[in-house]
Amino acid sequence: MGSVLAGVLQFLALIGALALVYVPFGNYMARVYSAKKHLRVEKWIYKGIGADPDTEMTWPAYLRGVLAFSAVGVLFLYLLQRLQGVLPGSLGFSSVNPAQSFNTAVSFVTNTNWQSYYGEQTMGHVVQTAGLAVQNFVSAAVGIAVAVALVRGFARSRTGELGNFWADLVRGTLRILVPLAVVSAVILVACGAIQNFSGIHEVGQFMGGSQQWNGGAVASQEAIKELGTNGGGYFNANSAHPFENPTPFTNLFEIFLILVIPFALTRTFGVMVGSVKQGYAILATMAAIWIGFTALMMATEFAHHGPAFQAAGAAMEGKETRFGVGASSIFAVATTLTSTGAVDSFHSSFTGLGGGITMLSMQLGEIAPGGTGSGLYGMLIMAVIAVFIAGLMVGRTPEYLGKKIGGREMKLAACYILITPALVLVFTAASMALPTPPHSMLNSGAHGFSEVLYAFTSAANNNGSAFAGLNANTDWYNTMTGLAMLLGRFLPMVFVLALAGSLAGQKPVPVTAGTLRTEKPLFTGLLVGAVLIITGLTYFPALALGPLAEGLAS
Amino acid sequence: MNNSVTNTARLLGAGLRALLVLTLVTGVIYPLVVTGIAQGLFGNQANGSEIKADGRVVGSSLIGQSYNLPPKKGQETPDPDLKWFQGRPANGLGSNSVNTQYKLLLSGATNLAADNKVLVQQVEDAKAAVVKDNSVPGYTVRPSDVPADAVTSSGSGLDPAISPQYAELQVHRIAAKNGLSVAQVEKLVEDHTQGRTLGFMGEPRVNVLELNIALKDLAAKQ
Repeated sequence: MGSVLAGVLQFLALIGALALVYVPFGNYMARVYSAKKHLRVEKWIYKGIGADPDTEMTWPAYLRGVLAFSAVGVLFLYLLQRLQGVLPGSLGFSSVNPAQSFNTAVSFVTNTNWQSYYGEQTMGHVVQTAGLAVQNFVSAAVGIAVAVALVRGFARSRTGELGNFWADLVRGTLRILVPLAVVSAVILVACGAIQNFSGIHEVGQFMGGSQQWNGGAVASQEAIKELGTNGGGYFNANSAHPFENPTPFTNLFEIFLILVIPFALTRTFGVMVGSVKQGYAILATMAAIWIGFTALMMATEFAHHGPAFQAAGAAMEGKETRFGVGASSIFAVATTLTSTGAVDSFHSSFTGLGGGITMLSMQLGEIAPGGTGSGLYGMLIMAVIAVFIAGLMVGRTPEYLGKKIGGREMKLAACYILITPALVLVFTAASMALPTPPHSMLNSGAHGFSEVLYAFTSAANNNGSAFAGLNANTDWYNTMTGLAMLLGRFLPMVFVLALAGSLAGQKPVPVTAGTLRTEKPLFTGLLVGAVLIITGLTYFPALALGPLAEGLAS
Repeated sequence: MNNSVTNTARLLGAGLRALLVLTLVTGVIYPLVVTGIAQGLFGNQANGSEIKADGRVVGSSLIGQSYNLPPKKGQETPDPDLKWFQGRPANGLGSNSVNTQYKLLLSGATNLAADNKVLVQQVEDAKAAVVKDNSVPGYTVRPSDVPADAVTSSGSGLDPAISPQYAELQVHRIAAKNGLSVAQVEKLVEDHTQGRTLGFMGEPRVNVLELNIALKDLAAKQ
């Protein structure tokens, strides 16, 4: 069997596995967020928090919950790193410096997991498991909670009530993420991922002498790193490291974990708004973009243009033998179309156009299928924009799911889609214009510019992957990517929740012959078009200077 | 004003309590439970899949090693020990720069772009070396025979495997250096070649450490 065919079969197997769990898992998540009853352990937790899980919140109250919880999370994780030097169970690793601690704390709380540090030499057991891995869970749960609040905004009428943030946070963590993570972690260990709390292993070598490697709770972190679309590796090489991703099977399994919640949430959405067909339309949009981008990525990576790859005979630089070009391409697209940022191969050494695809995937806003929760709310915002465009064409007030898309709704949606590109382009331009930030580039020319563009694209979209040649551990990049991550995560959430509140307050518009049928393939086509055109127009000049220039020259 | 300060404080307090409770669940209980199950059921894997040969641990089957001669005086990069199968280049592998009480393996890739002259040079140099090292009397390696994994660095710098093509290309050299027949070494490579999982996942590969351990046994028996 050829490598191309094997790559295609792996992709088909992935589609099959995701299709198999789509309905039951999506329905389950809908039940989780609709159930009236609380588990006993949840009641204890609510008592501990001091919150009544049955109090309905308006959108400002829900937002305040999100912001307060996240602010405390940043502070806690910052202090944990600053105090590492005196914490027991830290392998004697020293404290992390202030700029890097800030960057890392923000990075994990915003579900970005951008890493300006080397995992294996910087973070001890306590910070990894009780700090970083905790945010892997709760930042994902916060994302899903905000998405569910928006869905309730569509589903409910004549009310300001969007649910209870604490209940959504705790349920998402306890009923969805923790059980799945336990099972997944054990599967990963069975295949070779490590899971221990021992110190540094000093192990003999074949040729004599010894090598030292870290022990650690790797599998447990790996499972939630993928499942929560986080992406922060225990080791610097992330999912290319054999202890994180030991076999071809674990590789495919990790891609499955990355995609399973974001795709299944479209089912949850369909169930909660009372029309699973609406969920299918959103799913079809996400799947079309995902399949198309994966096909393009495989085509360019197997074609291996570029002087070094022509000399080598294949684009194997930065890729592992056990995965090869096909599986690495599937992983790269999945990780950048979601907000994951885990890598099983290094994007900086992809072909010029392949690197461009990873960047464009993030620049779409990570909505196909996107991060846990953030993918769904991002795509629903695009759906609002798409019905607005359709409304302009026929001269009718646009509606979506029985709600009028008026001036207020459009302003919020427009703010949402403007904020991230603004952050990416302004920070990139500033880094290029100032005298010292360009010194961080490893490669020169178009690829050097791509490193900076990639960094801020990744940060503002909360992805976390990198063209990792860039030396990001400087005060400038630690501070500025930190700001981009913060603003890129929470400003969009403000607009999403405000939109949810505005929609929930409306009374539903009856469906008439003139209503745009948003569950039909025509709408899916319109939505794919809207996503590609809006992103294309926004980023084309920047992409032309970086990956397009590099890709077309080779 | 006073009221909003109190409200904010109350909200942050709730956030802190939520974080602490969830840290207990996901940051303490979860990793301990997983570690318990892992150590109980899959102790070998959970501790790094260590391999023993001649009664001592010689590494992990998952972590690639270098098979080099001791560096000569003034030499920056040691020469490969051609008696043993060679793994992939690892130009992205580093050594640790903080917490230097340890000498940790720092996994990583080169991150060099396809059009970077440094990378082109690395690939060409590696190719020339593979051709030179593996051409033995009666067997000449052509540059077009050299597979890509032999001349590129992996993502982790710790790739434990090479392609079957690269292993086969080394057979004649290994046979000559160890006083074995080509057929014996070919059989060895064949026995250590892993196909795709279930016939379609990943790529076929040969684990270099396991192969070299078997080679050492075979050479000792001769």
